[in-house]
Amino acid sequence: MIGVIFKRLLVAIPSLIGVVIVTFLLTRALPGDPAAYFAGPAATKEAVEQIRSQLGLDKPLPEQFVRYVADLAQGNLGSSLTTGQPVAAEIRARLPASAELTLLGLIVAVVIAVPLGILAATKPNSLIDHACRVVSTAGVSLPVFFTGLILVYVFYYLLGWSPPPLGRLDVFSSPPPPLTGFYLIDSLLAGQGGTFLAALNQLILPALTLAIFSLAPIARMTRASMLAVLSSDFVRTARASGLSPYTVTVTYAFRNAMLPVVTTLGMVFSFLLGANVLVEKVFAWPGIGSFAVEALIASDFAPVQGFVLTMAVMYVALNLLIDILYTLIDPRVRIEA
Amino acid sequence: MSNLALPKPAASNTGLGAALRHARYILSDNAVTGFAFGLFVLIVLAALIGPYIVPYDPLASDTSVALKPPSWAHWFGTDQLGRDVFSRVIVATRLDFFIAIASVALVFLMGGLAGVAAGFFGGWTDRIVGRIADTIMAFPLFVLAMGIVAALGNTVENIILATAIVNFPLYARVARSEANIRRDAGFVQAARLSGNGEMRILLAQVLPNIMPIMMVQMSLTMGYAILNAAGLSFIGLGVRPPTAEWGIMVAEGAAFMVSGEWWIAFFPGIALMIAVFCFNLLGDGMRDIVDPQRRT
Repeated sequence: MIGVIFKRLLVAIPSLIGVVIVTFLLTRALPGDPAAYFAGPAATKEAVEQIRSQLGLDKPLPEQFVRYVADLAQGNLGSSLTTGQPVAAEIRARLPASAELTLLGLIVAVVIAVPLGILAATKPNSLIDHACRVVSTAGVSLPVFFTGLILVYVFYYLLGWSPPPLGRLDVFSSPPPPLTGFYLIDSLLAGQGGTFLAALNQLILPALTLAIFSLAPIARMTRASMLAVLSSDFVRTARASGLSPYTVTVTYAFRNAMLPVVTTLGMVFSFLLGANVLVEKVFAWPGIGSFAVEALIASDFAPVQGFVLTMAVMYVALNLLIDILYTLIDPRVRIEA
Repeated sequence: MSNLALPKPAASNTGLGAALRHARYILSDNAVTGFAFGLFVLIVLAALIGPYIVPYDPLASDTSVALKPPSWAHWFGTDQLGRDVFSRVIVATRLDFFIAIASVALVFLMGGLAGVAAGFFGGWTDRIVGRIADTIMAFPLFVLAMGIVAALGNTVENIILATAIVNFPLYARVARSEANIRRDAGFVQAARLSGNGEMRILLAQVLPNIMPIMMVQMSLTMGYAILNAAGLSFIGLGVRPPTAEWGIMVAEGAAFMVSGEWWIAFFPGIALMIAVFCFNLLGDGMRDIVDPQRRT
């Protein structure tokens, strides 16, 4: 078991190296002269040269790369041009907001999509099967920022059930004492029921937006793989042996059908992390996505680069986690390894 | 025994007549695909002749009619500058459609050819293409697209390029596996035996054979390409105001959603949704025809 996990860790290393190289190359591809860019429009020629050597841009490319990696190893992602703050600290401060939103969105999606897929597969061509098909086709066609705006219009403007889409808490609440950075968990730990409700109120619409978006691939995959498993021989044998439909579906079929679904989760995460950026913009969510968007508009490259790197590292880590989860579900993988 | 003879090949079995009959057969077989095809024709029409038939100039502002809800004069209402939303939505079709087509064509050239070469030659070519695809796959795709556009510059060309690059692994993988199972097929060996060079076999024998599957892949990724491009312009990359483009129109209307002027963002959003929906259905329909086993 430990050996399998170790092997997966080794497989993740080339991905990480690739990610670092690409992010490095992206900075070097900046249009124009980065030194002149960092120096500002009013800088003299000497000042530009000084910044060039300060940034190490007069060195050959491989040396610059070594320097970049050394900076990364110390957790240094450079500083924002507009605020002057170190990018790493800003990303660390904003990461919990994004993580809380993304995870809640994923949980809601899984809780709805998996039962929907299973029911659709056990009753083909029934009403629920058609519902599943409509949901999974419509879900992938909806632009995630558009879903978010429609939800805001319906639940904030028309019905008045939701607070205005402006961040993680309304103006009357103050954030709970930070422990995990997740407002829902922190407020519960601190015993602040009011703050918990306020945070949940703000979180529901953006999380629902992300859930609607990621529902489709999960439901589709669950349905397809349940259909395949339910028509296999061992399920027929289990049925013939007189096991109850519940035992056959949940204990026998479901566990086997989960394998392709867990694999799909990797792809879902890729979409989810990207959609997160758009949802954060719609709901003025103070996460790393909106941080990157603000920097993009100000042509401030260090935060964007830090953001791309953070997202990619997180994505590699998530895929690693999924692989490990896979070995936990499927004992065959353990034996083969 | 004479009735067992093969039917005489009719003249219409080749050329346009056959193509039309085949298309009708496909469309009548699956009503949903037929519907999607109808939508597709509408989108193409809007892209081709849209700018000439719209009732108003998409860029002309008239503040005396700003923020008016949909009416007979303005079917989709007007935005904060008094521009006609209907005209803008129709005119935007051309740009969005162009971005999607261009990026899909580009990724077909890059990913398709690289994948075919990787599957056909194997060895180092395979390893290099595989490594590039893996590295791209290590990023969340939209995030990588953001990074590329930010690094290369904020233009429509770079949106197309970024959308193509993030789709590269998909195309390379499909093309690779399809080419790989054909590298020693009978027709390839026959071509080799009759003295064709490897490069010629690759381009003249293997590539045409995997075209149907690549076409399915292209129509399946068209929807994603449109979403990706609209998402990038929603966060302020690529297309700049006042250009009419669906993503940017939704972004402009977003601020008015909380004050009740829903039509500014709603109609371009719906147009975007219909386009993506249409491409997804069309892609699914084509996949069912070309590769029925993968039907879900």
